[in-house]
Amino acid sequence: MLLIPCPWCGPREEAEFRYGGQAHLSYPDDPWQLDDAAWGDYLYMRANPEGEFAERWFHAHGCRTWFTVRRHTVTNAITPETPGASSPVRTEVHP
Amino acid sequence: MTRDRNYTITVDGRPVPAGQGDTVASALIADGVRSLGFSPYLNRPHAIWGIGSGGACAHVQVESGPGEPMVPATTVETYPGLRVRSLHGRGEVSLPESDDGEPRHDHTWAHCDVLVVGGGPAGLAAARAAADTRARVMIVDDAPDLGGHLRHAPRRIHGRSALDWVRHTAEELREHGDVQVLTRTTVTGQYHHGELIALERRTDHRAPATIPTHMARHRLWHIRARQVVLATGSMERPLAFAGNDRPGVMLAGAAVGYAWAHSAPPGERAVVMGAHNEALVAARHLAEAGVDISAVVDARTDPGPAGAALLDELWRGGAQILQGHAVTETRDPEASGAVTAVRVAPIDGSGRARGEETEVPCDLVAVSGGFDPCLALWTQVDGGTRYDPAHAAFLPEESAAPATVRCAGAARGTRDLDAALAEGAAVGHAAAEQRAIPTRPTPAEPVHHPRELWLVTTPHTVETEVLVDPHRDATLADVRAALDANLRSIEHVKRHTTIGTGPEQGRAWGVLASAVVGQLLDTTPEQLGTPRRRAPLAPIPLATVAGRDRGDFFDPIRRTPMHQWHLEQGAVFEDIGQWRRARYYPRWTADGQVEDMAAAVRRECRSTRESVGMLDASTLGKILVEGADAPEFLDRIYANMMSTLRIGKCRYGVICGADGMVRDDGVCVRLAEDRYLVTTTSGNADSTLAWLEEWQQTEWPQLRVQCTPVTEHWATISVVGPRSREVLGRLAPGLDVTATGFEFMGMRNTEIAGVPGLVLRVSFSGELTYEINVPSWYGLGVWEAVLEAGAPYDITPYGTETMHVLRAEKGFIVVGHETDGQVSVQDAGLGWAVSTRKDFVGKRSLARADLARDDREQLVALVPADGATVVAEGAQLITHPAPEPPVPMVGHVTSSYDSPALGTPFSLALLSGGRGRHGERLYAYHLGQTVPVQVTDPVLYDREGTRRDG
Repeated sequence: MLLIPCPWCGPREEAEFRYGGQAHLSYPDDPWQLDDAAWGDYLYMRANPEGEFAERWFHAHGCRTWFTVRRHTVTNAITPETPGASSPVRTEVHP
Repeated sequence: MTRDRNYTITVDGRPVPAGQGDTVASALIADGVRSLGFSPYLNRPHAIWGIGSGGACAHVQVESGPGEPMVPATTVETYPGLRVRSLHGRGEVSLPESDDGEPRHDHTWAHCDVLVVGGGPAGLAAARAAADTRARVMIVDDAPDLGGHLRHAPRRIHGRSALDWVRHTAEELREHGDVQVLTRTTVTGQYHHGELIALERRTDHRAPATIPTHMARHRLWHIRARQVVLATGSMERPLAFAGNDRPGVMLAGAAVGYAWAHSAPPGERAVVMGAHNEALVAARHLAEAGVDISAVVDARTDPGPAGAALLDELWRGGAQILQGHAVTETRDPEASGAVTAVRVAPIDGSGRARGEETEVPCDLVAVSGGFDPCLALWTQVDGGTRYDPAHAAFLPEESAAPATVRCAGAARGTRDLDAALAEGAAVGHAAAEQRAIPTRPTPAEPVHHPRELWLVTTPHTVETEVLVDPHRDATLADVRAALDANLRSIEHVKRHTTIGTGPEQGRAWGVLASAVVGQLLDTTPEQLGTPRRRAPLAPIPLATVAGRDRGDFFDPIRRTPMHQWHLEQGAVFEDIGQWRRARYYPRWTADGQVEDMAAAVRRECRSTRESVGMLDASTLGKILVEGADAPEFLDRIYANMMSTLRIGKCRYGVICGADGMVRDDGVCVRLAEDRYLVTTTSGNADSTLAWLEEWQQTEWPQLRVQCTPVTEHWATISVVGPRSREVLGRLAPGLDVTATGFEFMGMRNTEIAGVPGLVLRVSFSGELTYEINVPSWYGLGVWEAVLEAGAPYDITPYGTETMHVLRAEKGFIVVGHETDGQVSVQDAGLGWAVSTRKDFVGKRSLARADLARDDREQLVALVPADGATVVAEGAQLITHPAPEPPVPMVGHVTSSYDSPALGTPFSLALLSGGRGRHGERLYAYHLGQTVPVQVTDPVLYDREGTRRDG
């Protein structure tokens, strides 16, 4: 079982998380500017590299934060995403 | 080390003397027994081959205590009254009739800085060195005591008995505050990020009557270690020659162990066959234990100076010395059931006999082909191995190793005891300080001076007599058959011959089998490699895996606040996700029978449509969405416009995935300018909350909005039917319940049955409905108040089955029934809910060419032509009653019920181009039965909607 570094709770067991797939696939600013093929790519096409992979995890059974890590798909070595990168995570907590 | 054998155990119904410290194998050997059980296919008697967890052939079924289906006889510790049965092939799992008195199994979790696997000399030295740095240390060993191979042979450390040193070191470790010592504990697998699983056997070695009732039988340890030291030692390797599985043949180290540690010499006249110096040391130990050494057969022509000295000593003790020779065959001409002699011949570099064979009488053949480091845990975390010809063994490839795992001692080929102690200490210290790889010790010298030897043959060797895996009856002939079939990969040969797939899983025999394959293919062990050793390395009983998660703890059950009432009414329940919901409430019929489901549902439907019914709808998912941007947020999530919803009003809404497919649906209630209550399908409450949070956090973090799950906060009672207005009027005297005073899709905060409540005028049945929500702790009280208020109208509680009939009659979908992730909002007939005035997640997809196809499957209703058959859910729709295959499938049935209101059964279905096919005759096919059906609009009941205001 992987040990996943939650930015809020620290390293936690994989069973507490839900996998969120490839990271950095932002919802297009204006989906209507995309033709069907480009929109289809956004919806369905995902990378499947052998090696480093930026991916999202959701701490579903914990603080419920979405965050991004880099995982090596062969060795499973995990490094937290560099702070300040375009990783879309919660930036402020609202009352 | 002499033991008193002062109690008896029972083996195959026969009493056998045994004593403290005996295993089943050692007690049998002390009793003169050489074999136990038979091989699975060829019925060859199974020799007792090894000792401890190394190289056992004989497996037993433990019959006393909780029992165990298949355990090596060499590891089963004896206690007075132990009963075992030898096995012929496989064991038997006996299932207890009840859990009463069944032993408990626990799971436990541990974290440490350094985990040392193996309690032999290197492991003990590593654990002590790590503990000296104040690191948190765990040391785990599968044997009853620490010491590893030191327990089985007379060795000395720092001038005193090695066992004294072991006892002293173990005491030091046990007294250390930050060290945990686990014995009788097998590490079964190593996984990523420092996770290891270990099985601790706490009571199997104790007589059942002496086991405290609080004590769990097994503990499954989930260990997270920063650093792992694998001091897993080595496995002595057998040799392949004719009759090498005959009782009387034994690993040399095992023979010494029985003779020395168990006072049970396994024979009187031994031939020792080896290819390295440690075999000669074993011969000396056997001689010291009183075994007469007839001959020492050393495969080497050049034993080196140390070997020559040992051979000289053995020769002076009276043993015949045969250098450059090997045992070619074991003999038992009188069929005594055990070895009576061996044949020996000079061999060449490939193990082929080159010269005259001579016969040497003996009753014990002590064999040692070499030593294989135990590297299964190493390779499980992608540690590599390399074949080292000087060691004649696979050693860990440490240059490309994971930085957190390191080997020490015999596991990395260090055979010399003093060197292993020093190496263990160095590795343990480096691990505790988390030092990097370059500090690994230099590779060990092959001080035991081995020669490569795997297979011994003569021109007349019978290949079916040469075993390469006795647990599977796999012989040299089987290997050759696999190679003749042109298999070349060791993994393929393994699967063809089943080598290494028996209960021993290739621990002691695996490398030999690989090397024999390599020799026949004329390739090197390096090129061929060994089969992958996957976790678990030892069987983990399913009861242990389950631990306490059984019976009531298997899966949580969610119950509504009114659950007790449903129970008392004799409701029949169904599980929906983790919720346990009342499905229907059977009553006694006039003739003293209990209604079946069909009768109960007919009655519940009729009462509800004609008067009034009530449903426990508390399982409905509820999410509070709050914040200044809540209206904007919901506009982006829902297909519908939610920002225009007025305060105090409800709106049905649909949530699409980005792909435009229906994800969930439910009612949104606007409680205040910046506050909505969102309801979801019962089974989707969690996933819908996660969906909202995902978009809020990852795409729109600037929106000021907060989502809170409040499902359990509310108890929900739907009061349904034309008389529901009177019932609500009695419960909330202050509330204007008229059709104009409390309009359809309105919401009221009101006191109801004396408690604060929230009433919604929504409908999931087409009937006038008031959905009463009260804080859950009032749920049962308000439920009973509704019953009382409804008594004059014969109010009828109904369950989920009636709920489904009523909603389906109105063509209302249930997400997960009518949708399967491939049904778009338009396919489901919900195009009217799609706002044209704004964008939302998934809207772009609705404009894709594929979603505009007019042959997409669309929601319709079906009515059987005979007006009587309830078509099976899942039935396929076809256009011809008896078509020739291949038959085009044009749709399928998603829901199907009998309907008292319609006077006929009916179904909802997804049908290709369905909206344009109303009136068409189709056929529903299911399990050989074809039912003619008529396609209609999905709304079958009260198409005009006249009933919603009562």
